[in-house]
Amino acid sequence: MSEVTMTVNGRKVSGQCEDRTLLVHFLRDNLGLTGTHVGCDTSQCGACVVHVDGKAVKSCTMLAAQASGSDVVTIEGLAAEGDLTPVQAAFKEHHGLQCGFCTPGMIMAATDMINRYGAGNLDEKTVRAELEGNICRCTGYHNIVKAILAASDDMAKGAAAA
Amino acid sequence: MGMEGIGARVARKEDKRFITGAGRYTDDMSVPGMKYAAFVRSPHAHAKITSIDSSAAEGMPGVIGVLTGKQLKADGIGNLICGWMIHSKDGTPMKMGAWEPMATSTVRYVGDAVAIVVAETRGQARDAAEAVNVEYEELPAVITAVDALKPGAPQIHPEAEGNLIYDWEIGDESAADKAIAEAAHVTEIEILNNRLSPNPMEPRATLGVYDKAEDHYTCWTTSQNPHVARLVMSAFYNVAPENKLRVIAPDVGGGFGAKIYIYPEEIICLWASKRTGVPVKWTADRTEAFMTDAHGRDHVSKVKMAFDKDNRITGLKVETLANLGAYMSLFSSSVPTYLYATLLSGQYDIAAIHCNVKTAYSNTVPVDAYRGAGRPEATYLLERTVETAARELGVDPAELRRINFIREFPHQTPVIMNYDTGDFEATLNAAMEAIDYKGFEARKAESAKNGKLRGIGMSCYIEACGIAPSAAVGSLGAGVGLWESAEVRVNAVGTIEVLTGSHSHGQGHETTFAQLVNERLGVPLDSVSIVHGDTDKVQMGMGTYGSRSGAVGMSAIVKALDKVENKAKKIAAHLLEADEGDIVIENGELKVAGTDKSVPWFQMALAAYTAHNLPEGMEPGLKETAFYDPTNFTFPGGCYIAEVEVDPETGKTEVLRFVAADDFGNIINPMIVEGQVHGGLTQGIGQALLEGVVYDESGQLLTASYQDYCMPRADDVPSYEVSHHITPCPGNPLGIKGCGEAGAIGSPPAIINAITNAIGNNNVTMPATPQKVWSAINAG
Repeated sequence: MSEVTMTVNGRKVSGQCEDRTLLVHFLRDNLGLTGTHVGCDTSQCGACVVHVDGKAVKSCTMLAAQASGSDVVTIEGLAAEGDLTPVQAAFKEHHGLQCGFCTPGMIMAATDMINRYGAGNLDEKTVRAELEGNICRCTGYHNIVKAILAASDDMAKGAAAA
Repeated sequence: MGMEGIGARVARKEDKRFITGAGRYTDDMSVPGMKYAAFVRSPHAHAKITSIDSSAAEGMPGVIGVLTGKQLKADGIGNLICGWMIHSKDGTPMKMGAWEPMATSTVRYVGDAVAIVVAETRGQARDAAEAVNVEYEELPAVITAVDALKPGAPQIHPEAEGNLIYDWEIGDESAADKAIAEAAHVTEIEILNNRLSPNPMEPRATLGVYDKAEDHYTCWTTSQNPHVARLVMSAFYNVAPENKLRVIAPDVGGGFGAKIYIYPEEIICLWASKRTGVPVKWTADRTEAFMTDAHGRDHVSKVKMAFDKDNRITGLKVETLANLGAYMSLFSSSVPTYLYATLLSGQYDIAAIHCNVKTAYSNTVPVDAYRGAGRPEATYLLERTVETAARELGVDPAELRRINFIREFPHQTPVIMNYDTGDFEATLNAAMEAIDYKGFEARKAESAKNGKLRGIGMSCYIEACGIAPSAAVGSLGAGVGLWESAEVRVNAVGTIEVLTGSHSHGQGHETTFAQLVNERLGVPLDSVSIVHGDTDKVQMGMGTYGSRSGAVGMSAIVKALDKVENKAKKIAAHLLEADEGDIVIENGELKVAGTDKSVPWFQMALAAYTAHNLPEGMEPGLKETAFYDPTNFTFPGGCYIAEVEVDPETGKTEVLRFVAADDFGNIINPMIVEGQVHGGLTQGIGQALLEGVVYDESGQLLTASYQDYCMPRADDVPSYEVSHHITPCPGNPLGIKGCGEAGAIGSPPAIINAITNAIGNNNVTMPATPQKVWSAINAG
C-alpha cells in the first residue's frame, strides 16, 4: 500500500491506495472526483486528462504514487465555484459536446493547449493536430475545434482589454 | 419561432454538468458496501469447457465469491434471446442457438463469459479472475460468413445446420431476372461492408444491487432503453418480476446501437448481488468493449443492376451474406433484412428488385445494429453500384442519379417501403452548388501540379427512421411494439416535468424536448425539466435508437401536450368566464382572443390544484399521459459530396471538403441537428478510411485497443459544410424525419467514390487504408 499526499483543486488530500493504483482511480475512487473519466486504458483517448503541476497529463498513465507531492487540477477544479472558464463556456456555446464523456478531458487538453500556444495564437490545423490524443465519438470534432478557437480568441481579447 | 421555441439554436440545458465534471455515469455510481466484479472470459474462439477450478481464486485476498454458469442456470436464470423472428424463404423459422449468459459447456467467441469474480477492489477481482483455472478442449473456429456457410465448416450451434440462421428473400426474383435479361447494360459488382466496433467513449458498465428485505433489484446500466432492459430481464431471463426490478440508465456516454442490447453482464451482476449479498459493479475496459460489445455491418454482397438504353434503372438483384457472430443478439436478425433490403430502392424509381440474404453464425462477437443499422449497408451498396454504372456508361454520376430519381410522392417501392415525401433534386443541386461541382476539373488540375490525385464522389441516400408502426413491425416479426410514451406534469406553480420513454445519451433531449414545451405553452425553458432513464420514475417506454426520439418520442409529448392544453383552456375559460374556444395560449398566459382578459399560466395551474373553482365535474390536477404509435416510417434523405486528395507516393487520402445537404423534415434545434450530422459523417468517414475489426484465422481479435483499431481523430477529418432542405414529414404532428444516423449512412460511399475517382481504379474496399489505395494505384 502507498500513502499518497497531493494537492487536488487547491485542497491538500492524502489517502492510502494499492501501489498499482493509477492516478485516475485515486481521483475517482478515493476522492470521489468522478469528472475525470476512463475511456480506453491505453493512453489513447484522453478522457482522463488532468493537469499535474501545470501540465496536461493522461491520469491513466500515471500512478497515484507518482503524483504524490504534486499539484493536481481536475475538471471539477478548473473554474472558481459557480463560474465557468472561457474554454468551458465556449464548449457550451458552440455545442462542443454531446454525450459529455470525453468532454472533461477535451476541456483540460484544450486549456493546456491555449496556455502553451498563448491565447489567440491557434489556428484550425494546429488545434486538430494538438487534439490527436483526445478521441470523441459524438461530435466529429467540428464544434470542438470551433469552441477551442473561439475560447482562444476570447481569451486574447480579454487579455488585451485588461 | 420564439427565442427558445422550435427552430431556435438554444445552447443545451444539460451541458453545465458535463463541462464541470458533474455528469453522473454508471461507473460514477457508488452505493454502501459496493464491491467490484471481473469476468473470466474465453481465450479461445471455439472450445469445449472441460473443467472450471476456482479454488485458488477463492482463496485470494479480497475475494468474496467466484460464480459460474452452472450456478446461474441452477438459479433459473434464462438464456439470452433475439427479439425479432425472421422466417426463411421456405417458411421455416430462423435457427436460434442457445446463448447462455455464462457458458457452461461450449465457448463460441474470444471474450465469451465463463465465470464472474466479486472482490473488494477492482484489482483484486482482476487478479482472482486470472487465477480461475478453466480447462478447454479447443475446437476448429470459423470467422467469416463466407467460410461459415461452406460445406464442412466447423458447426457452431447444433440448432443451425451448416451455420445458416436463415435464407431470406424480399421482392420479385423473376421480375428482377427479366429486367437483367432484357437490359441494355448490366453493372455487376461485389460489395464488402467492413465490420466495425461502435465504440461509444463510455465503456459499458453496470451496478447490480439486491435488497434482501424487499426482495428487490436495482440495476444501474449504460442503456439506450432501460424499460426494454427491464422487460427482457424480467420476462425472458427470470432475474425478477418487473415490479421488483428497477433499471436506471443515468447519463450515458454515447450508444450508437451498442447499448440497445441486454448483455450477459447486467443479468449476471444482478444475480451475483443476490448470491454474494453485496452490490456488484462491473465496468468494461476498452479491450473488453472491443471483445464483447455487439459489432456492426460485416456484409458481403453480389449486385447486378440493369439499365435500359436511356440509362434508366430497370432492375436490381442482390445476394448478401451477413455475419451475425457467435450468438443472435437482441435485434440482430432484423438488421440485414428489414432494416437493410427494404431500402434497396434508394432514391431511385426501380420497378423490379430482389434481394436474398443468408445469415451465418461465426466464432466472433455477436453483430447487431450500429448507427444506421442496415441502411448504411444498403446505401453503400447502391451508391457504389450507381457510381460504377456511371463510369461504365460514360455518364456524369450526378446526371445518372438525376434521371433515375423518384419525383412523385407517395411512392411505393417494390421492397415494402412507401416513401411519403422528399425532394432529391433539391438536395443534389444544393450539394453540387456548395462544392462547386463545375469547378472540379480546374481544382483537379491544380492538385496534379502538386503531384496529388484529386477526386470527387457523391452519395444520394435515403433511410427509414421513426421506427416504427407497431402493427407493421409486428407483422414483420418484431417481438415488441415500437411506439413511445410521454407524461406531462404541470406542477401547482406552473413549472413542468416531461417524463419521456426516449433516452438521451448525447442527443440533447433535455433541451429539444423543453423547446417543444416552450413553443406550445410559452413557459421558459428553465421551468421545464425532462425526466428519463429510470423505470421507477417514467412510464413504460421504448427508448432511443433508429433516430426515433424526435419523430416518435416528441410526437408522444405533443399528444400529451394536446391533452394538457385542452384541460388548461377549459380551466382558463371557466376562470375568465369566457368560451373555451376563444382561449389562446401566448407568452405564458391564457388569453381570451381579441380582448385584454387573461390569466397567467401559473395561476391556471394553481387553480387546477387548489380545485376551489373548477368547471363542474372536472377532476383536480393537471397531468396527462400519451402513447404515440407512428403511422409510417419517416424517410430522411439527402446528398453528400466529398472531395479528396490522394498522395500517389503513400496512398494516403486527405478529405479536403465534405458537403452535406440533408432533408430531415422540420428541425427543432439546428445546432443540435448539425452536431448529429458532424458526428455521423465522422463515423462514416471512419468506416471508409480507418476502421475495421480484424480477427485472425483462429478467431483472435487483433483490433482490441485504440492502438490497433483506428478511430477517427480530429486531424483525420475536415470541418463540414452542412445545409438543410426541408420537406416536412406528413406522418407525424411535428413534421420531423430524424437526423441521428444520416451522416453515418450517406458518407462512406461518397468517400470511396471520391477515392476511386481520384485514382482511376474502382477496386478499393473499406477501410481504404494507404496500403490498399497505394496497391490499387499501382495495380497497373
